[in-house]
Amino acid sequence: MCAAARKARRKTTKAAAEDGAETAVAGKATLPPPDLLFRFLRDMLLIRRFEEKAGQLYGMGIIAGFCHLYIGQEAVATGVVRALDLRRDTVVTSYRDHGHMLVCGTDPKVVMAELAGRITGCSKGKGGSMHMFDTARHFYGGHGIVGAQVPIGTGLAFAHRYRGDGGLCACFFGEGAANQGQVYEAFNMAELWKLPVLYVIENNRYAMGTRLDRATAQPDLYRRGEAFAIPGDFVDGMDVIAVYNKTREVLPFVREKGPFVLEARTYRYRGHSMSDPAKYRSREEVEEVRRHHDPIDQLRRLMLEHGYASEAELKEVDREIRAVINEAARFAQDSPEPPPEELERDVYVEG
Amino acid sequence: MPTTLTMPALSPTMSEGTIARWVKREGDRVEPGEVIAEIETDKATVEFEAVDEGVLGRILVPEGASAKVGEPIAVLLEEGEDASAVEMVPTAEEAAAPTPPAAVREPSAPASGATPATAVAAPQPLVRGALPPEPEIPPGTRMVKMSVREALRDAMAEEMRRDPEVFLMGEEVGQYGGAYKVSQGLLEEFGEKRVIDTPITEYGFTGIGVGAAFAGLKPIVEFMTWNFAMQAIDHIVNSAAKTLYMSGGQVRCPVTFRGPNGAAARVAAQHSQEYSSWYAHVPGLKVVAPYTAADAKGLLKAAIRDPNPVIVLENEILYGHTFEVPEVEDWVVPIGRARIAREGRHVTLVSFSRWVGLALEAAEVLAREGIEAEVVDLRTLRPLDRTTVVESLKKTNRMVVIEEGWPVCGIGAELAAVAMEDAFDWLDAPVVRVTGADVPMPYAANLERLALPRLDQVVEAAKQVCYRD
Repeated sequence: MCAAARKARRKTTKAAAEDGAETAVAGKATLPPPDLLFRFLRDMLLIRRFEEKAGQLYGMGIIAGFCHLYIGQEAVATGVVRALDLRRDTVVTSYRDHGHMLVCGTDPKVVMAELAGRITGCSKGKGGSMHMFDTARHFYGGHGIVGAQVPIGTGLAFAHRYRGDGGLCACFFGEGAANQGQVYEAFNMAELWKLPVLYVIENNRYAMGTRLDRATAQPDLYRRGEAFAIPGDFVDGMDVIAVYNKTREVLPFVREKGPFVLEARTYRYRGHSMSDPAKYRSREEVEEVRRHHDPIDQLRRLMLEHGYASEAELKEVDREIRAVINEAARFAQDSPEPPPEELERDVYVEG
Repeated sequence: MPTTLTMPALSPTMSEGTIARWVKREGDRVEPGEVIAEIETDKATVEFEAVDEGVLGRILVPEGASAKVGEPIAVLLEEGEDASAVEMVPTAEEAAAPTPPAAVREPSAPASGATPATAVAAPQPLVRGALPPEPEIPPGTRMVKMSVREALRDAMAEEMRRDPEVFLMGEEVGQYGGAYKVSQGLLEEFGEKRVIDTPITEYGFTGIGVGAAFAGLKPIVEFMTWNFAMQAIDHIVNSAAKTLYMSGGQVRCPVTFRGPNGAAARVAAQHSQEYSSWYAHVPGLKVVAPYTAADAKGLLKAAIRDPNPVIVLENEILYGHTFEVPEVEDWVVPIGRARIAREGRHVTLVSFSRWVGLALEAAEVLAREGIEAEVVDLRTLRPLDRTTVVESLKKTNRMVVIEEGWPVCGIGAELAAVAMEDAFDWLDAPVVRVTGADVPMPYAANLERLALPRLDQVVEAAKQVCYRD
C-alpha cells in the first residue's frame, strides 16, 4: 500500500474515533444493527427489481433511448448514501442514476414514470433515464456527460462550505470518468479550498466495453487524488456493510478537513446500456461474480447466518418489493405523456 | 395468471429478433435475472433475462425462428399453475399492442388566420409578454462620467453588498485585481471568501460555479476572455443551460458568466474570436452585449439577479471608454430590450457592443450627406428584442446590420430572417450585413483592420440600401 493511502487510513481512523461512531473499526468487523441490515436489503432489492423491470419495459418499447442499469452495483449507492445525513448532505452522480435516486428516497413510481417519458416523472418526462433530479431529497442528478458531475459535485460542496451548513457532497463517478481532465481540475480546487466532498469512484471494471487496464495507466483509482494531496482508500463494492462502514469512517474527515477519494470495486452485470452485447468479457466472468460476490446474496446469507432473519422473512421482503415495483411499472404505463404545452416550459425561470 | 414473454427490443434500432437458443426448457423453473434465451438482434446475440419468477410453460417461437419486437415468444406460469392456463394468454395481436399513452402526441394545429410567415414552422424564440420597461431616470438626476470598467465593477460591488450569496470567481480576479482590472478593489471590500482566485482551469471552475448555482448560490464566473471559455462551453451549454429543462423546472442555475469578447488588438486568431452567435443560439441562456457604461452596469446587475444563466459579453476596447451613467440608487437595465441610440428615418443601422460606436459614427457621416440613420443598439442578443428592430424597420424600410462576428449563421443572419418574417412587406431593399471577415483573425495590423467592420463599409452599405451612390 502506498504512503498516501496509509496516511489516509491513519487520518480517517482518527477522524472516526473523534466522531465517536460505533463503527470505529474498518470493514466487516462491526455489524450494523439488524434494522439497518434490513434497510440495506430493501434498498438493494428495490434497486435490482426496479432495474430488472426497467429492462423489461425497455424490451416492450415503453422505455427507450439510452438506459444504463445498475444491477450488480447496488451495494455502492446503498452503502454510501445510507451513511450520509440527507438532511444536509447532497448527492450527485452520472447517467447510471436510477439506484442512487431510489436510495435517496425518491418514489419508484416517479422514477419509472420518468424512464417512460411521462408527465408524472421527476423531470416531467423531459429528462429521461440519464437526467433525473430530486432536489427535495438533495439528489442533484443524473448527468449525461461523462465526468461533468465531478466539478458540479465539487460546486455543491463549495456551496456547503460557503454557507457553513455542515453538509457535504457525495459525488459518484465511474472508473471511466476517472480519466477525464475535468475531474483533476476539480480535485485540485477541492483540496485547495478544502471542500467537503467525498469522491466515490464506482469501479465496475469496464468503461463501456474497455477494461480498466486497457484505458488507464495507473489502475489504483483510490490513489488518483495523491498528486493533489487528497487521501484515498478502496473498499469491496460488492459488500454493502463494508461500503457503509468505510463511508462512515471517512465522513468526519470530509466534513472537517476536505475531499477524500473512495474507490468502490464493484461489477456491472448488464451491458453498459441496453444496446450493449457485452462481447468484451466472458460469460464465465459475469457468472463468477454473480455466484460468489452478489451483494444481495451475500447480505441475505449473512442475515440468515446471524439469525437476523428467517427465510420466510426474506421471502416476505422480496414480495413487498416486487409489489412496489409492479405498482411503479403500472403507474408509469398508466400515466399520460407530457402535454404539448410542456414543450416550451422550463426553458427559463419566468419572472 | 400466466405471463406472456414477448420479443424484447434489445437496442434502440431493433425491430426483429431470432431465437438463437432456449437456455430454459418447457417446465423449467425461472428466477428473476436468470437467462431464459439467447436472442440474435440486428447488432449481436444478447441474453434475455427473466424479470418475474415462475415456470416456463410453453415456448412459442422455436430456436432458429424469428419474431417481431413485441410478439409473444413464450409463456411463463406461476408456481403451481397448470399448463392448461397457457390457453388464457392473450393472442399475439393483443399482446403485441402496447397500451397507448393517454396524452395527445401532436401539438394542436395553428389557429387559422395566422400570417403566412408564422403559420408554417414558427421557429419563434421563447420571448413572452410585453417588452420589459426601460428604467426611469427621475428629472434632476445627476449624470456621472464613468468608464465601462468602473461601471462593471460598481455593478458587481452593489450586487455583492445587496446579496451575500453573490460571489465572484475567476482567474486573477482577487489579488491581481482582474486581468483587465475590472474587479479592482473587490477583494479588499469582500474578502477571500467572496472574491476567489481560481487556477487556470476553465472547465473545472465553470463546473464548480454551475454546481454552486444549482445549490442556490449566485456565482459571477469571470473568464479572462471568452476565448478561453471554449474549454468550459460544455458546462455552460450542457450543465447550465439545459438542466432546468431536464429537471422539469426543479434545478435553477442563477449564474452569471462574464468577460471580454471579440478582438482586442493584435492578439491574433485564438485570442480574438467573437462569440455572440454561439451563445445566442442556445435556449436556456440569456445573452447581453452592452455598449455604454450605463448599460454595462444596469445589465450586469440584471444578469446577477436573473434566476437563469446569463452570458455577459463585454469588450476589452470598451473598458476604457467613458459614458454618462445616471446616479440613481439602483440602476438596473432589463434584459431583453433594445435601445434606440440615435433616431433617424431613412435607414436602420442595427448593432451591439463596440460596433454601436461605429454605427453612430456612420450615422454622423451619413447625416452630412442627407441620410438620417436610426441606430438600434440591441444590448440583449437573447431574448432578442424583435419588436424594437421591426418598429424601426417599419419606419425606415431599410436595414444594415453591423457585427464583428463571422457572417455565417451570425446575428446579422438572424436579423435578416427577422426582417423577412416580421416586416417583409415594409422592406424597400434587401438587408445588408457588415460583418467581420470570414477568416481567423490575422496578426498583421493592416490585415486585422481589414478583418473588422469599417466605417466606409457601413456608410456604403447604408447608401446601398437607400439606392444612393
